[in-house]
Amino acid sequence: MYRYDEFDAAFVAARVGQFRDQVGRRLAGELTEDQFRPHRLMNGLYLQLHSYMLRIAVPYGTLNARQMRKLAEIARKYDRGYGHFTTRQNLQFNWPALKDVPDILAELASVEMHAIQTSGNCIRNVTADHYAGVAADELADPRPFAEILRQWSSLHPEFSFLPRKFKIAVNGAPHDRAVIQAHDIGLQIVRNDHGELGFAVYVGGGLGRTPFIGRKVRDFLPQRDLLAYSEAILRVYNLEGRRDNKFKARIKILLHEKGLDALRDAVEAEFAARGGASLELPAEEVKRIAAYFAPPPLAPRVATNERVERRRGKDAQFAKFFESNVVAHKVLGYAIVTVSLKPIGGVPGDASADQMDAVADLAEDYSQNELRVSHEQNLILPYVALDDLTAVYDRLASVGLATPNAGLISDIIACPGLDYCALATARSIPIAQRLSERFGDGARARAIGPLKIKISGCINACGHHHVGHIGILGLERAGEETYQITLGGSGDETASIGQIIGPGFSSETVVGAVETIVDTYMARRSGPGETFLDAYRRLGPAPFKDALYNRNAGADI
Amino acid sequence: MTQIVTANRLIDGIVVFQDETGGWSEDFAHAAAHEDAAAALARAAEDVAASLVVDPYAIEVELRNGHYAPKALREAIRAAGPTVRRDLGKQAEGLAPLHAAHAPTEAPHVSL
Repeated sequence: MYRYDEFDAAFVAARVGQFRDQVGRRLAGELTEDQFRPHRLMNGLYLQLHSYMLRIAVPYGTLNARQMRKLAEIARKYDRGYGHFTTRQNLQFNWPALKDVPDILAELASVEMHAIQTSGNCIRNVTADHYAGVAADELADPRPFAEILRQWSSLHPEFSFLPRKFKIAVNGAPHDRAVIQAHDIGLQIVRNDHGELGFAVYVGGGLGRTPFIGRKVRDFLPQRDLLAYSEAILRVYNLEGRRDNKFKARIKILLHEKGLDALRDAVEAEFAARGGASLELPAEEVKRIAAYFAPPPLAPRVATNERVERRRGKDAQFAKFFESNVVAHKVLGYAIVTVSLKPIGGVPGDASADQMDAVADLAEDYSQNELRVSHEQNLILPYVALDDLTAVYDRLASVGLATPNAGLISDIIACPGLDYCALATARSIPIAQRLSERFGDGARARAIGPLKIKISGCINACGHHHVGHIGILGLERAGEETYQITLGGSGDETASIGQIIGPGFSSETVVGAVETIVDTYMARRSGPGETFLDAYRRLGPAPFKDALYNRNAGADI
Repeated sequence: MTQIVTANRLIDGIVVFQDETGGWSEDFAHAAAHEDAAAALARAAEDVAASLVVDPYAIEVELRNGHYAPKALREAIRAAGPTVRRDLGKQAEGLAPLHAAHAPTEAPHVSL
């Protein structure tokens, strides 16, 4: 994985020093909150419902054992013994004291981590497929390009005060696991007719109060033009994006108001005017960065492992884990293991310091010292030999991290919601907990098959509810929490925004409503092979609406 | 409409409530109730200027069994701690409001 060079190290150290000085001046009363707020936000420090919250960048979701151990140490030393992994592949601490944050940032810098650009109207942490570099279906590892974008966008003077925040994601496999079409810029690695690798470029995707699926502005962008073209998009947005209305300031609104063709023309004109040459990405530089992500030398092994097969035969729980949490690796005899942070009845995305340490140990012992954070709020061990799988499973189980539900209905994304967030209008975590208890990770969940529920506690959509197969949005009506359900959303290569199915539900009735939706799907699907999303796309909303709101019409299900 | 004034302490972000003396307490029970919070808010503004607290504002409270409790769910959670982690926040330290509408006696994952 990427290692800081002298410039990175000096830059991060300088930022820690600057922030230490800013915090000192704030506590001494030399800076007002209005003066200080932009500085703390630039360093990922928010003031939330109960306390400050520090959001730490995990670039493209990749980290090593030492970094994970440092996060565990910070959780114990400065926070309340746990952290929360987010849909931007980041980690949030919910209780840091302002006076300690400079020390926390210094500790992070010691393991090549920081919290820069995890907030504010700048280019945020660049995300990528969490199976990057190991997925069997991958065309190319997206992380070298995500890293190049990270270096280019870090403290970019022209793009540090954009009209609004700006999110970029890169995906390297035909199957989109990075939700690129819900990003301001989504980059899909593709190969052209000459066999060259480049990018299909999507612009203007985004969730929040006005959701849009990104539109393709380029079928093929050569690698060398990645930065020049990104700069052209950012420059058009920076000049033309609305600064008069926070809610209309994202590039998705510019695209919507200006139109796809006009925006594309403006970007292409800007790109042509610059000639691309000044920002051309040299092939040697791509190679140099890519070398950091070179796959470890894994010798292919036998595809079917006897130990695994024996255990599957006699241990039903392990068999379930193998079925849902273990994915084919590009090297024969290895597996990608998803460590579910969705225990039944637990808080999605939370991990205790002990669990972080345990996963760090496993990464070191069995996964080439590497870990991933997924936007689905799980952790990934990307290089597990099938020979080691039973040992990995046993150790995960011993710390409560072997829930066999990756990709199933109880693998729910939920934002922190009103339990933590100052912006939230309703709680999301308790709904996720009750849904996971209702459906579990056993036979029922397995019969239902792949189904993504995503829950947000306010219109800002941190829980990605718009692209949930079943999306749940928590709102407040007359002092009560109420939950609006959307159906048919998707964040993959067939991305779509879910449609509101009808009037909202109370917190008492929303779990039952989801159950009605799931029961309707089970009754109407063409067979076990037809997923919820496919069935919804075939059937449309009518049968679900009938089942939810019209008892007679739904009685025949 | 009865109100109390709350803020976050600058140095550590912890939620605090303004007491009768104009000082700040972590304990909701020490919060001073006002029918008109204007003077209390003016006092709080001085503490903002003195870099003691940030973002002060008044919240509506109501009497329940002789004790004040926040009316809004958001404020009840802010004054008690996360409903999904009863071991954290003021509820874990005996500093939460008594008789909150959104009772912290419920199972953590039970919807209210």
